[in-house]
Amino acid sequence: MISPQRVDATLLAALRISAGLAGVLLLIIFFFMAAESWAGLRDIGPLRFVLDASWHPEPAAANGSFRITAMVAATLAATAGAVVLATPLAIGAALFLRFYAPPGLAGPFKRIVELLAGVPSVVYGFWGLVVLVPLLATLGGPGQSLLAGILILTLMILPTITLLAHAALVSVPPAYLQAAAALGMSRWTTIRSVALPAARGGLFTGIVLGTGRAAGETMAVLMVCGNIVQLPDSLLAPVRTLTANIALEMAYALGDHRAALFVSGLVLMLLVTGLVLAVARLDASSGRFRHG
Amino acid sequence: MTPPLLPMRHAPSALLANGSEQHAIELRNLCVCYHGKRAFRDISLAVPRGEITALIGPSGCGKSSLLQCLNRLTDMIPGCHVEGDVRVEGLNIMDPAQDLLTLRRHVGMLFQRPNPFPLSIRRNIELPLREHGVIRKPELRARIEQVLDDVGLWDEVRDRLDSPALALSGGQQQRLCLARALALAPRVLLMDEPCSALDPLASAKIEELIVRLRGQYTVLIVTHNLGQARRIADHTGFFWTEDGIGRLVEFAPTHTLFNQPQDPRTRAYIRGERG
Amino acid sequence: MDDWLPASGRTRGRTAAADRTAAGAAWMCAVIVTLAFGWIAADLLWHGLSRLTPGFLFEMPQLSGRAGGLASIIVSTLAILAICLAAAVPIGLGAAILLAEYSRSDRRLGRFVRRSLDVLAGVPSIVFGLFGNAFFCVYLGMGFSLLAGGLTLACMVLPLLIRSLEQGLREVPDDWRNAAAALGMSKAATLRSILLPAALPGLVVGLVLGMGRALAETAALLFTSGYVMRMPGSVMDSGRALSIHIFDLSMNVPGGTGNAYGAAVVLLLMLLTVNLLALAIARRWQLTQPGPL
Repeated sequence: MISPQRVDATLLAALRISAGLAGVLLLIIFFFMAAESWAGLRDIGPLRFVLDASWHPEPAAANGSFRITAMVAATLAATAGAVVLATPLAIGAALFLRFYAPPGLAGPFKRIVELLAGVPSVVYGFWGLVVLVPLLATLGGPGQSLLAGILILTLMILPTITLLAHAALVSVPPAYLQAAAALGMSRWTTIRSVALPAARGGLFTGIVLGTGRAAGETMAVLMVCGNIVQLPDSLLAPVRTLTANIALEMAYALGDHRAALFVSGLVLMLLVTGLVLAVARLDASSGRFRHG
Repeated sequence: MTPPLLPMRHAPSALLANGSEQHAIELRNLCVCYHGKRAFRDISLAVPRGEITALIGPSGCGKSSLLQCLNRLTDMIPGCHVEGDVRVEGLNIMDPAQDLLTLRRHVGMLFQRPNPFPLSIRRNIELPLREHGVIRKPELRARIEQVLDDVGLWDEVRDRLDSPALALSGGQQQRLCLARALALAPRVLLMDEPCSALDPLASAKIEELIVRLRGQYTVLIVTHNLGQARRIADHTGFFWTEDGIGRLVEFAPTHTLFNQPQDPRTRAYIRGERG
Repeated sequence: MDDWLPASGRTRGRTAAADRTAAGAAWMCAVIVTLAFGWIAADLLWHGLSRLTPGFLFEMPQLSGRAGGLASIIVSTLAILAICLAAAVPIGLGAAILLAEYSRSDRRLGRFVRRSLDVLAGVPSIVFGLFGNAFFCVYLGMGFSLLAGGLTLACMVLPLLIRSLEQGLREVPDDWRNAAAALGMSKAATLRSILLPAALPGLVVGLVLGMGRALAETAALLFTSGYVMRMPGSVMDSGRALSIHIFDLSMNVPGGTGNAYGAAVVLLLMLLTVNLLALAIARRWQLTQPGPL
């Protein structure tokens, strides 16, 4: 019989290996993204991503042109639009859920939001393509457009922000609200001057995570945005985001073209990582504030 | 290989390791910190072997932490740091090389809340026994019957040994936990307010059992119930908190401590004037 | 709704007007969200449910998927899911146990793993696709295959899986950990006989969440498991997942919309089943699991 001490030591070693693997996965991903990007950064150089005439990539850097600014702009515009639309809606929905919903409605409404959060992005994209795009086409243009992307992304990040905002509102200590009620404040004054400020850390986290999700989303925007590389001159113009570009071209990209796609993936990854770390910092500091 | 179990009753004192003659537990300058903040400091105490020793005092003065030092359950508490010299049966248990599984097999513990595993009554006792090398069916069966009988539970549960332990009443659960600890034939039994979650009747039963352990086990019990300490303990230690740091104010034979306390704080506390 | 919040009607004048406006706005947001949900759900069910026949599930796709069913697609989807879980569950469970049960002895490692997983959870799925292509398909030479797709998904679901498995373990009361430790039971035996069985329902919920995430994913599979519609013969074959099928039918196959509706409803039903399962398990657990005292 093997001694229990030995079994425990072996178990701990195995657990440490699993956890270690999970922990270094991020580093491995960074490493491979950087390694695949390296050739592109070397041959093309960072400046050409901005200064080249257009996006006409070729496997050999010298033959192609690699300007990605239009796609960066499309990603930023779609993300910003979605966040601007989704944030008030989501906070309104979260306030409804926390303060206004009659008892019989709160449960079902929360289920609806959770269901919306669970719909796969390809299904959002599909619905956008067959329902939303034809509707937008009646406004002029092809329908597949920046606006379609913004609307679909809004739908996609709305449940994320709503659920996080709701969680933040629920965690506001009831004593604060009771104190406000005891002072004879109206419901809206209580929410505006007590509940929302007390929950602002959580609200902000929700918005930042929603932003990350919108910026990194691929399928839905790929399906509804039209995928033409251009600086959008109107909301109804088709655009191609960074993510859509990767999805469209990765299958046949070679050499420096492939490397350029990895560069855009790396940029995206760093952007989202920055957002997550900012949220973590914010959480840590608001945590200190709460306990201190 | 796990060492074979000692016989259940009357562990002959010759088998007890080389430590001091009459003391099962010796503490010298014991300090415990949580996240750098002292819970108590400089506790020195010698617990007589085979007797019942009670620790009394207001909550938060480190009595429970002291118990947890003795089987190094403190190792499981995040941010907890222990300093000082602790000897159990002569063994320096603070030694980093000390094997915790062996230590804890010899130092049993009863908790404030009964904590039987979410398993059957039988499995609750069988599991730790198997862990410590008792694997033969007849021996397991005999031991389970014996310890359940020792805690007066055998007649109540003999027909439902395979039903869930969590279906038992609180008092029965606590007695099962005691049986589970006794099954390993420990030398020392630590009890952290074992009656405080129970109703008076169940509590009286446990108390009765503890008294019967006298002479066979060294029992160290933390209690808030002064009457209980007075009834069952041979020796009693009084803890008091000053500036948030617990210390042992007085340690004496129970009779002396309650009737001729030396320290004014002890006197005030047992008269119910403070704490 | 809480009684002690002042009711809207009692206040007067401007405050009352602001109060009413705010209430109206909150209701409006809720109505918009509900309408959007209703619209999407009604549209998908209206066009998709009629396609759900046994033949649709068990026939091979024909004419690039315009006609026929989903047989090979469903097989590929399940194969990718199985590979994903086979890779992610052992590692995820190991890491979750370390995070939940060894938080004192392995604090540094735990903090590193947690931080790394937090970042990983936010990495866009297309980036996982790029990584999977570079690492599994090219570097490890798996090519476009079910194996590469499943392993890529495993990397992607790992953060969610670990977090929910850890949550499941943390819901087991400390009483049992203390009892086992005080009896001198080894960590291995404590986990095997007490903690893991007690946490099982929570662990299953975690597993189901991971499955849901994997089933819903598309972008990470685009260039790892590929598009091939044939019935896969081995894990080294390329195979088309359900989500990719929906994408391809609606974007690249004229006249594919009808079957895309059907496939979308199949995907949603699979997700719904998986979620209801998790809900049922969680609820059953709360009913049958009395805490100690």
